[in-house]
Order: sequence, then C-alpha cells, then structure tokens
Amino acid sequence: MSTEAVAVQEKKSEPLFSKANRKLISNPLDIDNPVTVQILGVCSALAVTTQMKPAFVMSLGLTIVTASSNVVISMMRNSIPSRIRIIVQLAVVSLWVILVDQLLKAYVYEVSKQLSVFVGLIITNCIVMGRLEAYAMGNKPWPSLLDGMGNGLGYGMILMTLAFFRELFGGGSLFGFKVFESMGVHYTGNGLMLLPAGACILLGIIIWIQRSINGYRESH
Amino acid sequence: MRQSNSYIVIYAAVLTIVCGGLLALAAEGLKEKQQYNIDMEQKKNILSTVITLDEGADINAVYSKKVKAFVVDFEGNVKDGIEPKDVNLAVEYKKAPADRLLPVYEFKSESDPNKTEYVVLPVFGYGLWNNIWGFVALKADLNTIQGVKFQHAGETPGLGARIESDQDVQDRYKGKTIFDESKLVSVSMMKGEGFEYADKPHQVDGMSGATLTGKGVNNMLKDYFASYENYMKKNKQ
Repeated sequence: MSTEAVAVQEKKSEPLFSKANRKLISNPLDIDNPVTVQILGVCSALAVTTQMKPAFVMSLGLTIVTASSNVVISMMRNSIPSRIRIIVQLAVVSLWVILVDQLLKAYVYEVSKQLSVFVGLIITNCIVMGRLEAYAMGNKPWPSLLDGMGNGLGYGMILMTLAFFRELFGGGSLFGFKVFESMGVHYTGNGLMLLPAGACILLGIIIWIQRSINGYRESH
Repeated sequence: MRQSNSYIVIYAAVLTIVCGGLLALAAEGLKEKQQYNIDMEQKKNILSTVITLDEGADINAVYSKKVKAFVVDFEGNVKDGIEPKDVNLAVEYKKAPADRLLPVYEFKSESDPNKTEYVVLPVFGYGLWNNIWGFVALKADLNTIQGVKFQHAGETPGLGARIESDQDVQDRYKGKTIFDESKLVSVSMMKGEGFEYADKPHQVDGMSGATLTGKGVNNMLKDYFASYENYMKKNKQ
C-alpha cells in the first residue's frame, strides 16, 4: 500500500516552472552534464562533430528522443511489469529513434546521410536509457519531459561547442560559412581537428575547464 | 497482478503491435518523400560525373533536358519496355554478365539534342567491407573517362571511404582510357600513393592504406566495362 501513499503525496500541485523543475533543465547543462560529468554519449560526441550542422541535427534528434521517451515511459510507468521494464524502455526508445530517422530521410536527406548510422545508435546511447531508468520510471510526465529536454540540451551544448572548434579550426568555416575566407585571411585547415583523436583531446579540455569552474570531483 | 506471466505476455504483445503499427504508418506516409530524395541524389550523381553543379541548381530540369536513359542487354541492344529506374543494380550485379540488365544514361549536347556528348554508365561491386557502386562518364568515343562518382556502404572512414569523400581520388580517373587499341583493359588503381601515372593511360595512383578497396574498385570497373563492351563497340564514335 505504500505506492498509494506516494501517489497521494505527488498530487500536491506544483507550479509548472517551480524551482525544482527549473533545476531539471539547468542541472544537466552544468553540474550534472551527461557528457562531461557523467561521461555518457562520448562515442557520438566524437563522431558527428566535424561540422556544426550534423552536430546540431544530432543534438536535436537526441533531445527529441530523450524527451519523448521520457514522457511516454513516465505515463506508462505504473503499468510496466518490472521484469520486462528494460525491454519496454528499449521498445519505446527504438520507436522514437526510427521515427526521427525516417523524418530526417524524408526532409533533410543530406544531413541524414552524414549522420548515417549514428541516428540509429541513439537507441544505445546511454543518456537515453539512463534517464528512463533513473528518472522517468519514478516521476510524473511533466518533470520527465523537462528532465529529458535538459539532458538533451546538456548533450547538445557539448556537441555544439566541440563542433564549433572543430569546424572553425579544422575547415575554417562555421555552418559551412567560410569564416576566414570572408575576412580575407588564408587559412589552412588543421587536420587533427577533423580526426576523432582531435575531438577526444578537445573534449578532455572542455571537461577540464568545466570541472574547474563548477568544482565537480569524482567521489571515491 | 502486474507480475503474473500472462500480464507480461499480453503487455509485451500489445506494446509490439502498437509500436509496429505506428512505424508501419510512418514508413508508408514518408515513403514517397524518401524515394524522391533517393531519385534526386541519383540524378545529381549522374550529372556530377560530367558537369559541375552549382549550389541550388535545378537538377530535375537539367536532368530531363540533357539525359536520355534506357536499358541495354549484354549484346548492346536496347531493351524496350523497361526503364533504368526499374533496374536494381544490387540484384543485377549478382547475375552472370550475359544476363544483366544494363542501364545507360546518354548526356546530350547543348547545341544539338540528338548528339550524344557523354555516356554515363552505372557500376556496382564489392569493396573491402561492403558494396561499392557509382557512375562512370565516358566521352563519345566510349573510351576516354570524363569523370567518375563512387559511393560505398561501409569502407573504412579516412582510408577506403576516400573513394567517395575525396574528390581528388575520383579526379585521378579523368582522361584515362579503358581500351588499348580494341582490347578492353579497364583502368586499375595501383598500390601505393603519391606516384605519377600521367603517361600511363590505364593506371591511376592508389590510396595509401586502402589497397583492398582499390582492388574492389578495379574489379568493379573491369566487371562492368566488360558487361558493356558490346554496347560500347557498337556505339563508339
């Protein structure tokens, strides 16, 4: 009967953007960032960040998938049999991922070709499953939506930062716009920036900067 | 109740049906749009072997004005009643060359729409990891290569994948010839990179670290040029 007691407590209405709810969005951007603090989703962060445009679409895709899966799982949470909950989560995530993939193929074909296999791999992105298991299974749809969006944005923020430096210094452009050329400066792209290894070094530096600002330490 | 076996089975079944239904609906609804994109890309690839396409060029207009597409058989005779878009290269590739349906895309001259300026032929083969394919444009002599456009499904990024991503690799084929006198020799990508092949009409510089993909490309070209050999001999100018 303890579940009912919790349910009653939950009913106390809360303003839509209460302090706790705002934290759901802001924490993943900083102190609880999925990439730099939890070190999740690094694989795709290295792979799709050579240019800003695919990085942007990937961030958008992941945000949509995380947020919508969070909402759906949160609405289903009281009916999901706990013995098959992981596979149920997986089914819901796959549903959204395939939908996003199909939409990309129909409306932004060039970008979908660049992202190729990585859209499909959102299914295995630890951020999505992590949020479902850790948050949506125990919370109401609205906070789950915010939590999903927050984590998607936190991931997107790192992706865009990486892509900004990689495209600027690797190819001398931003969103395909030739920055240095338009300023009349001749710039030879730095090949290291375009390689996954360069992205890994860059990500390390970002993690270092972010952790020294927010004071995060690994607990032992 | 939520833990009983029958509940779990029914739950899983309903979930599967709902998800499957939604996906089928989405796939059906978006099919037309996706097919359009695939067709456009093919047209773009065919055109880009012979001309430089400007950003935002009306590909459909250029294509319908300039390109005449038809299908020939191994003997080089035009097959009526079948269009190139009905030919699935991945299927044809597995057949013996003599049984293949072979699409041909003739690129007409600007001044005289009856004069064929270039002939673009599709090629299909197997690289190191997966299928590779593309288009080869020949000049009207059906011997000199005007340009190539390769694509791949799974070659190693930065190595074999350069057949698609590196324009420089594709440009190496420009001006090479596939016949030696009247004998078909195709064009071979050599091992090692950075060598000069300007005076060798049937060889191109290789890709460092991707010799096996290069071999796949060589086999693909040889295989398909041989399939088109009868057509070429009949139609060269």
